[in-house]
Amino acid sequence: MALKMVKGSIDRIFDKNLQDLVRGVRSHREDEAKYISSCIDEIKQELKQDNIAVKANAVCKLTYLQMLGYDISWAAFNIVEVMSSSKFTYKRIGYLAASQCFHDGTDVIMLTTNQIRKDLSSPNQYDTGVALTGLSCFVTPDLARDLANDIMTLMSHTKPYIRKKAVLIMYKVFLKYPESLRPAFPRLKEKLDDPDPGVQSAAVNVICELARRNPRNYLSLAPLFFKLMTSSTNNWVLIKIIKLFGALTPLEPRLGKKLIEPLTNLIHSTSAMSLLYECVNTVIAVLISLSSGMPNHSASIQLCVQKLRILIEDSDQNLKYLGLLAMSKILKTHPKSVQSHKDLVLQCLDDKDESIRLRALDLLYGMVSKKNLMEIVKKLMVHVDKAEGTTYRDELLTKIIDICSQSNYQYITNFEWYISILVELTRLEGTRHGHLIASQMLDVAVRVKAIRGFAVVQMATLLDNTTLLAGSGQHKSICEVLYAAAWICGEFSEHLEDPVHTLEAMLRPKVATLPGHIQAIYIQNAAKLFAAVLNGQQGTPDCQTMQESSQLLIDRLPLFVQSADLEVQERASCILQLVKFIQKLQHKEVEVGEEVTALFAGELNPVAPKAQKKVPVPDGLDLDAWINEPPSESESEDEKPVAVFAEEELRHARPHHTEVDEKELARRREARKQEQANNPFYIKASPTSQKGYQDSTGVEHIPVVQIDLSVPLKVPGMSTSDKYLKLEEERRQRERKERGKKEKKKKKKREKRSGMGRRHDSGPESEEDIAPAHMVDIVTEEMPENALSSDDDEKDPNDPYRALDVDLDKPLADSEKLPVRAHRPTNILKSPADDGEVQEVPKEPKKKSKKEKRDKEEERKKSKEEKQRRKHHHEARKGPEGGPPTGEPIQSSYNAELEPALPTAAPVEASDPDFWLSSTLLSSKSQETTEATPGPIPEKAADVGPGSEPENTKSSKHKKKKQKKDKEKEEKKRKKQHGHSGDREGEESVQNGTLEEEPLPPMSNYSLLAENSYVKMVCDIQGNLQNGSQVVVSIIFENKSTSFLKSMEFNVLDSLNSKLQRPEGSGPHDGLTVPFQLPPGVSNEARFIFSVQSIVMPQRLKGTLTFIVKADDSSTHEKLDFKLHFTCSSYLITTPCYSDTFAKLLESADLKGTSVRLQEVSLPFHHLLAKICFHHHFSVVERIDSCASLYSRSIQGHHVCLLVKYAHQTVTIDAKCDESSLLGNVLEEIKKTFSQS
Amino acid sequence: MIKAILIFNNHGKPRLIRFYQYFAEDMQQQIIRETFHLVSKRDDNVCNFLEGGSLIGGSDYKLIYRHYATLYFVFCVDSSESELGILDLIQVSTIYIFMTVFVETLDKCFENVCELDLIFHMDKVHYILQEVVMGGMVLETNMNEIVAQVELQNRMEKSEGGLSAAPARAVSAVKNMNLPEIPRNINIGDINIKVPNLSPF
Repeated sequence: MALKMVKGSIDRIFDKNLQDLVRGVRSHREDEAKYISSCIDEIKQELKQDNIAVKANAVCKLTYLQMLGYDISWAAFNIVEVMSSSKFTYKRIGYLAASQCFHDGTDVIMLTTNQIRKDLSSPNQYDTGVALTGLSCFVTPDLARDLANDIMTLMSHTKPYIRKKAVLIMYKVFLKYPESLRPAFPRLKEKLDDPDPGVQSAAVNVICELARRNPRNYLSLAPLFFKLMTSSTNNWVLIKIIKLFGALTPLEPRLGKKLIEPLTNLIHSTSAMSLLYECVNTVIAVLISLSSGMPNHSASIQLCVQKLRILIEDSDQNLKYLGLLAMSKILKTHPKSVQSHKDLVLQCLDDKDESIRLRALDLLYGMVSKKNLMEIVKKLMVHVDKAEGTTYRDELLTKIIDICSQSNYQYITNFEWYISILVELTRLEGTRHGHLIASQMLDVAVRVKAIRGFAVVQMATLLDNTTLLAGSGQHKSICEVLYAAAWICGEFSEHLEDPVHTLEAMLRPKVATLPGHIQAIYIQNAAKLFAAVLNGQQGTPDCQTMQESSQLLIDRLPLFVQSADLEVQERASCILQLVKFIQKLQHKEVEVGEEVTALFAGELNPVAPKAQKKVPVPDGLDLDAWINEPPSESESEDEKPVAVFAEEELRHARPHHTEVDEKELARRREARKQEQANNPFYIKASPTSQKGYQDSTGVEHIPVVQIDLSVPLKVPGMSTSDKYLKLEEERRQRERKERGKKEKKKKKKREKRSGMGRRHDSGPESEEDIAPAHMVDIVTEEMPENALSSDDDEKDPNDPYRALDVDLDKPLADSEKLPVRAHRPTNILKSPADDGEVQEVPKEPKKKSKKEKRDKEEERKKSKEEKQRRKHHHEARKGPEGGPPTGEPIQSSYNAELEPALPTAAPVEASDPDFWLSSTLLSSKSQETTEATPGPIPEKAADVGPGSEPENTKSSKHKKKKQKKDKEKEEKKRKKQHGHSGDREGEESVQNGTLEEEPLPPMSNYSLLAENSYVKMVCDIQGNLQNGSQVVVSIIFENKSTSFLKSMEFNVLDSLNSKLQRPEGSGPHDGLTVPFQLPPGVSNEARFIFSVQSIVMPQRLKGTLTFIVKADDSSTHEKLDFKLHFTCSSYLITTPCYSDTFAKLLESADLKGTSVRLQEVSLPFHHLLAKICFHHHFSVVERIDSCASLYSRSIQGHHVCLLVKYAHQTVTIDAKCDESSLLGNVLEEIKKTFSQS
Repeated sequence: MIKAILIFNNHGKPRLIRFYQYFAEDMQQQIIRETFHLVSKRDDNVCNFLEGGSLIGGSDYKLIYRHYATLYFVFCVDSSESELGILDLIQVSTIYIFMTVFVETLDKCFENVCELDLIFHMDKVHYILQEVVMGGMVLETNMNEIVAQVELQNRMEKSEGGLSAAPARAVSAVKNMNLPEIPRNINIGDINIKVPNLSPF
């Protein structure tokens, strides 16, 4: 052995270490690959040795080689070996290598689970830290599931270094194992209050990242974050929080209002640019969310814009960039405030930095108006000419088109100008966006009827221009424009000045060099043009033109018939035959013009891009159903002969086409017309059968079609857009003058305009004065009848963040517990006695326990969970080494109900988002707050009967369902392990008993406080756990009248013992304003905090509610007296307790006992227990048959233990408590509860 | 979230790569090449944000980089989905500050860091980075805290005897002697460039 060791270290002398490897690589520049492969061979040798130091060294070198691009996955197992070394040095190397090359597909990862778990629980914090860091890079769904609980435990580690890493890695765990989010969230939330700033910032980080994807679920944290924001001095945390608020405000406008002030203060005060920038950003988000119908925040906007201007004018390019970025956000909602900085933006367009220019371009998009569009585009065109580098030029091009076409060409007043711009853009060399230009041309020509004449002329020039053809070889994209040009010329051929010339241009031999789909369009539209020529010449005595053009087609088309492109070939041969036929007819002097034109008749309408998607699926149509029986697999062999047969038949069928009778043809044409009518860019096909269309008439008397150009100016040759700018200005001036003179005329004009154009009512008022040059009719896009109005964008189902969209406020179900290894000794039972350790409890969501005491059903569920847990422990104990029993994940150490209250130090109000929000907005919001009342209740007022509010009903329904399922499961298990249940406590018997019992009646803890004809007050009184001397009274005010109730003031006559907590500065007899108003029929809840000194005696406080009743015409001052009754039970707080702790408590000498007997109680025992638990805040410790022990604790820490026995309608309650008068009073109250019922 | 951190020199040679999302090795190299191509053609006095590029997450990411003497520090950061576009640039600016933290920490740990430190101690740079960024999220921004943790861990390594014990060092010293001269003078004098206006962090 010793010899081996020596040998090992001798070997190592000759090993290269990382530095040697690097040096070697650097000195072998020429034959690096060869050198490295020899190194890899060495490494392989090293990995075969037993010495872990050698292995670690080898792995370290591999990590370097991985960076150079070498695959090292073959060494994965060795990496795992090094990871499991006990020395930190090697472990670190192993984890680093793993984090560089492991991924979901690495199969050895599953070997690491135990090793990582061991490292996570290592006493050395750096072992743990290294493991966490490594895990963060290669966590897989399996690892996440298996280790989630361990990591969660680490979130409460004593070392902040570990805590912050554990908190941060939770985000990765959530992503891989979304089920862990809900159980872990309460713990995560706790970490927001961590004393260590690093941990706090990590928690903020994770929650921000989560909230970014699913902000809605995190709204309830807003008060907490608000507190953090106002208290934190760490800029990093501040930025994160402010960022988070930016995501939250769109969902909750009230939040925005609350934020504006602190944020503006920050903007004014901070010197850190980054913070300033984030503040501005969030203020922008707030303003966006408030933009509808809220009081004017122009001051804030001005402040933002002003600050941003400073950023943009800064010499630092980064600030400039960010300033522009933020500016573009303001632009969306407040374009006017940005438009005044147009100079700045235009200036940025000249910046040498491309990123900045691009940002400025984005801004321009929103700055255009009818007034300045031409001017801005002109400037951009200059840039296009100057721009070097095609990427930027392409970007400019798309921006120009975007700007012009935005919101349905809203800002274009002169479409001739726009067409000229498009034509100018075609002259750009090497652009990738030919297709874009083409589609714009088509769009404009189809949708703006008045422009067609002009467009056709321009397009004809384009077609005539050979430069585009010449360029087609290298710059494929730009020739797409010809596609549009050909189509427009063909489709609107009636506007052509010289159709024959254009026809000739379209059939030049050079066209054959264009891409196939363009050639096809050329041919098709040549046919259309031909039809137009025929039609145009009809009626004229001279039929030479017609014959010439037919001859032209016959001469030129054969070239295309030989085309390699099938589409081109087919169309060419069809049309060639057609033309030959027509020529024959022409020789016979038959008029064919009309008939040929009829081939292409029909108006095209633009169709909305989403139209197809919006067609509703008719009832009864199942798109997924098979129309025919799905082919069986054996059929595939038969397919061949079938195909052959079909092909043959097709060949036979072809000649028959000519013989199809005329009626059929007419019908088909009709159908086709219909189809074409729905498709704007439909390229009209002419089936060969058209050849047989013989219904021709004389060729004489061809009427000359007048080309009706609505264009005032005919621009010969290529147009230049610049002159439009001048023209436009002149026109506007003229118009302005005219308007001044003739008011009436203008009115007429407007009427006319509004009749024709449907879209001119948009745009700001000042711009409406600018009348468009043309009476442009932008045809609105067609949508199918009864189109579905849903405009929801489908979300990507593969989005990993979607799985994290879960309701965090819902109580946790059994099945959601994180799986835990059974043999881990984490299941030490916690009880209220050891409060100090509550922090260590791995995963009890507060929310859950809170809700659980809500009603009895919950109670049942709770004990069920407990039972399940125990069951698992039994199983675990039985099992060898505690391997998890197959199938089901083992429930975690159910550390049971944590105290229901939040561990935060925040005052009660602050922990409740709705209350928090509504408290600032006393006016006009009551409606909204009412809707939100379910919010506050789960927080504090836990005991509301299912009937009293919708949310509650829903959740209990949900639970019932779950319970049913559980029941079956439960039953099976019970049988299986009945034998083991006795050794611990008899709780199973409770469970079994409850299962068969009927459901509990609904219960409500809200009792009537006072009522008159205007208002009804019900209240619930709860102790406040965080503060032993505080009691929270939740009062629901209900407006019973038909008038508006406002200025409600709540006042109570304080006693020596109990005082209403009033805001600082108010006198001891002042009333508290209720933070809302009540419209008729609405109810809302408010909370009041009382401080009490002694809780051993019940208290009664006299109080008054004063309010103003506001009817339509008058308002009266009213008041309502009430008596607030603080029972001793209301000082008790449902606290879970385990039987062993309970037994200890009873044994201890400091509890004094008493007992009480209730006669003639006719309730079933479980109802009775439920009532005690519900109304007096006890929890069942255990129950055996008709005997149960209950426990509760007062807000000042008194233990109250009850033993309830039930026999023959008589209930005996033996009770023990460390404060006898409190106990006496509680028992009195219990007695009263049952005497009432 | 940070998707990747790349450090390469003026010639595009990688000095440290750290991906927080899995890419196969050849893809990683391609990303480095493309990123280098994008970054290297930019002037020094333009802004440090770059959009476009197609490799990591398509157009959904931004490059934020700094150029220090011979080295480029590049962070690939995802811009959030368009509807949450508000957030992305915040990410941007925070990362920007954070990069300074990282570089300054390197400087402290290596005492005037230069490219050679990164070349020969890639592992150490990784360990430092691990204290700053974890799994694509910023772990710590307090430089003193980072340096303290890094030093504590180094001390621990030393107490364990380090990776290569004395004999190996001796040998490598010998090997070192007949090597072509190692350019020791590439010290980055201005590594402490203050980020204007983004100061108090």
